[in-house]
Amino acid sequence: MENIERRRFLKIGLTSAAGLMVGSFFGFSNTSKQIDVNNYDDLLKFDWGYIVDTTKCIGCGSCVRACSVENSVPDTFFRTWVERYEINKDEKIRVDSPKGAIESFNEDNFAPEDIVKAFFVPKICNHCYNSACTQVCPVGATFHSPDGVVLIDKEHCIGCGYCVQACPYGCRFIDHHKGTADKCTLCYHRIHKGEIPACVNACPRSARVFGNLKDPNSIIRKILHERRYGLLKADLGTNPKCYYIGLDIEVK
Amino acid sequence: MDLTYNFLFPNELHIYWTVMIVLYPYITGMVAGAFIVSSFYHVFGMEKLKSVARFALVTSLAFLLFATVPLLNHLGRPERAFNIMLTPNFTSAMSGFGFVYLSYMIIVVLEIWFSYRKDFIAKYEESKGFVKLIYKALLLNSVTTNENMDRLDKKVVVILGAIGIPVACILHGYVGFLFGSIKANLWWSTPLMFIIFIFSAIVSGLAVLIFLYLFVHSIRKYEINQDSVDLMAKWLWGFMIIAVTLELMEVLSISYEKTERWAVLQQLINGQLKVSYVYLQIGLFSIVPFIILSITSLVKFANKYRNLLIWVSSGMLLLQVLFMRWNVVIGGQLISKSMRGFTEYFPGLWDKEGLFVAFLLVFIPFILLRYFDKLFPFFNKTNK
Repeated sequence: MENIERRRFLKIGLTSAAGLMVGSFFGFSNTSKQIDVNNYDDLLKFDWGYIVDTTKCIGCGSCVRACSVENSVPDTFFRTWVERYEINKDEKIRVDSPKGAIESFNEDNFAPEDIVKAFFVPKICNHCYNSACTQVCPVGATFHSPDGVVLIDKEHCIGCGYCVQACPYGCRFIDHHKGTADKCTLCYHRIHKGEIPACVNACPRSARVFGNLKDPNSIIRKILHERRYGLLKADLGTNPKCYYIGLDIEVK
Repeated sequence: MDLTYNFLFPNELHIYWTVMIVLYPYITGMVAGAFIVSSFYHVFGMEKLKSVARFALVTSLAFLLFATVPLLNHLGRPERAFNIMLTPNFTSAMSGFGFVYLSYMIIVVLEIWFSYRKDFIAKYEESKGFVKLIYKALLLNSVTTNENMDRLDKKVVVILGAIGIPVACILHGYVGFLFGSIKANLWWSTPLMFIIFIFSAIVSGLAVLIFLYLFVHSIRKYEINQDSVDLMAKWLWGFMIIAVTLELMEVLSISYEKTERWAVLQQLINGQLKVSYVYLQIGLFSIVPFIILSITSLVKFANKYRNLLIWVSSGMLLLQVLFMRWNVVIGGQLISKSMRGFTEYFPGLWDKEGLFVAFLLVFIPFILLRYFDKLFPFFNKTNK
């Protein structure tokens, strides 16, 4: 009798726990917001942009790990990475990003008591409006998608590496297995289904925000209206589309 | 800029353009330079250069045939190389490459054909069997000639040479532009880059011609045309002065402006490039040949020693241009785009893009030239 009670208890307990888990997965995940893209004109309704809030990033590296898994990024190369800036009491600046912070940051470079200022800066392809990489591609293998993402046609790329040289941000690399250029696609395979990029999804601090710049009511637009932001290497005229909140002068 | 602690963007650990991309501008430089020298005779009628004009043309072809090999070896997907001509993206400086290269190739081949046609006919007549067939094919089955045809040959050569000069300048100036137009790279980005490339091309073209001419003539004990060697040596002297001055002026003006750019480049020049740029390119391989060529150009003394000195300085200038290409192509990539550090590079010996392959690629055109000499003989025993 007691056994049957216990079995029932376990059964109900486990079922409800599983139910809660599955339910919360759907309830809390903010990944899916169905968008309708049926033809070319539908794509023109979007201009995907990106915000990095450097004041929120804690350098956990979840974004780098998520990107690596989602996009099978080859070893030693990075579609996104996190930089750590430390300034000590002698005003020395030390920047590092060990393995792109895929294993987070384990040790301080300066003695903790000497550090007067420290912050993390996630980096990603800027998907520039006036991108140098698409300008220099000799075969037109890299291009702007109608919804504002810089993509690479890996069936067409010849692997000359000119785009790698031209990108001022170090966001591109040659994937030696495929012999072609590679970089962040803003998880294009996800976003055109209405999901958010893997790195945005993985960030526990919402330091990364993704959205449609053409939609005046989008969260990304609202943040850009409220906050002060900076751009990386704005003087080069690439007109990047990754906006940095709390950008420090030391960040290049 | 505080560079105490080296920092590179994580994707910058490897450099992307290897020694293969150093060789490409090196080889095309010799191509363009040699062609321009041949045009001095063919177009501008400088009689003193008659004895090297055809040699210069054939040298140009031998190097031209190999110019793209290092590029193909470097491409991630060489089988797609023709995309550059099939789907050119004209906003890219590189997209014109195939067209410029091809049109230049056509000009050089046609010019060689027209200037050798008469010799081919003579060779055709004296040869037999299979060789005769080769010459017949080379002559496109037109095995006779007359005065009118000879006159036409000369006219065509003048026209091709005249078209070829700007095309040679474009071919090589354009290589300079490929680098000079990259705003992301502090060491490359300068409008002077293509001008520096054109002058250094002429230096390497003259140097390779003098070097080979004197080498072959002394090995084969042929009579040396001293006027022609002296003239080329003087030009080599002049063009190397312009090329080196332009390069140094470039660095001087950046250093005088003292922008953030200089803060980084200063460390590059005093650090990673100290040996290859300061000591070798400028110190040993520019100043020493400059002094030697000043002496050979201004002081009169025995031809035997003069030619030896000219030969040594032309060899040194060939190395100077090679170091210049290295310092530009590799040097620019050593700077992190984070402006906070430098990476390192030295090619492996046996890598796909390593030193051995690089050596082969520079050496093969010389071997090819040796065989071209059998097909289109360009040196005579006497200096006529």
